Amino acid sequence: MPSPAEFAKSTSRANGSELVRFEKVTKRYGDVTVLDELDFSVSTGKHVTLIGPSGSGKTTILRLLMTLVRPDEGTIRVDGDYLTHEERGGRLIKAGEKHVREVRKKIGMVFQQFNLFPNMRVLRNVMEAPVHVLGLPKDEAEQRARELIELVGLTEHLDKYPTQLSGGQQQRVAIARALAMRPQVLLLDEVTSALDPELVQGVLDVLRDIAHSTDITMLVVTHEMSFARDISDAVLMFDKGKIVESGPPDKIFSEPEHQRTRDFLSTVL
Amino acid sequence: MNWDWSVVDEFMPRFWDGVGVTLRALLFGSLIAFALGLVWAMAQRSGHRWVRWPVNAVTEFIRDTPLLVQLFFLYYVLPEWGPSMSALTTGIVGLGLHYSTYTAEVYRAGIGGVPAGQWEAATALSLPRSRTWIAVILPQAIRRVVPALGNYVISMLKDSPMIAVIGALDMFGQAEGYSNETFTAEAYTVVGIAFLVIAYPASLLIRYLERRLALTR
Repeated sequence: MPSPAEFAKSTSRANGSELVRFEKVTKRYGDVTVLDELDFSVSTGKHVTLIGPSGSGKTTILRLLMTLVRPDEGTIRVDGDYLTHEERGGRLIKAGEKHVREVRKKIGMVFQQFNLFPNMRVLRNVMEAPVHVLGLPKDEAEQRARELIELVGLTEHLDKYPTQLSGGQQQRVAIARALAMRPQVLLLDEVTSALDPELVQGVLDVLRDIAHSTDITMLVVTHEMSFARDISDAVLMFDKGKIVESGPPDKIFSEPEHQRTRDFLSTVL
Repeated sequence: MNWDWSVVDEFMPRFWDGVGVTLRALLFGSLIAFALGLVWAMAQRSGHRWVRWPVNAVTEFIRDTPLLVQLFFLYYVLPEWGPSMSALTTGIVGLGLHYSTYTAEVYRAGIGGVPAGQWEAATALSLPRSRTWIAVILPQAIRRVVPALGNYVISMLKDSPMIAVIGALDMFGQAEGYSNETFTAEAYTVVGIAFLVIAYPASLLIRYLERRLALTR
């Protein structure tokens, strides 16, 4: 089995350079402003956890990065490239589908509801995108998929359909599926929220292993505060579409500066 | 009224010709309805207004006008500008086209029933749109709608005698012709039973499929 680090192959990126950058990003749904001129950036290889009450805009940030929703204003850059814009003759215009697709390949996402393809067996779920997006030969994609499925501890379930697996197992397949694209950034959207309590630990263990042994960049939205503390390099506290405070996990969790953060933590810890 | 078996006997050769026409109309009409309905349904999900709008207009128009009128139009009016087709071919096209607007609604419901998370997962993996349709959405959508499509096949069977009005002699057309020539009525009864003999097993099969598909998901 190859080392997990190979899965996050990241072509000798210099650690510390900016991988994700939000600039004055605003997102509204109707009259509600979910994100309000948000600025922040994540450096290569860092694990950043977004916390805050529901409706504070955390999940919207992940969905914007995954291009599931488009910003109303502002720009997002990934690895230097604009995500939803293109530069043409020095001006910034709305990006075409092809450009978005290219930049998006650098990003992978794991969803709260797993969203595995129920009509495909586990192995094919993981192989699908490497074959049809990256254009890998079948045998190479299959080998990559088998290795990842082994990494998440599901080798004996390769030939099962998702519905034959527990929620925790399905989520581990979803993690393998996202990693199979070798993204530079992995987005985790409340990945344990839909799981029965006894299944949460298995999923967190897999993620912890990936976080500690690879140099993949992570953006994490979670209510599992001990997990956040364990894997994060930084924690961003959100409220009403703005960052209230940010810092290393020890500081945010032990000695938060803002009352808003203290209130929030007292409800989840 | 007296039932005369010799009349039934005499009708049989024409009856079998009619059965052949009915089954061909049903088979090819269904294939057109299944394929074209899917095209309509996918076009209605297109991101381009200039694709959605005309498709909506055309399907709405076809759905809201009688099959009988459409058959007359295809057979007597269309050849004025375009190619003329045989009566049976016209009947098949008419049935298929008419029912495609209903199967389109069925597919649309099936496609709409696929959770948004499936589209999102496909986007997150950057799957091309064509691949998303073929490998992710349609296999899940079609599975849900097989029984509903089957019901339209039975409806189409029951509408198939209409093609007799343009001279495609299905079971009913043959019965009508024979009965008018001989001043008898037995042939109608034979054809009525024949419809039941085809439709009833078909509806049992649909119910079976419905149960099986429900069990495995």
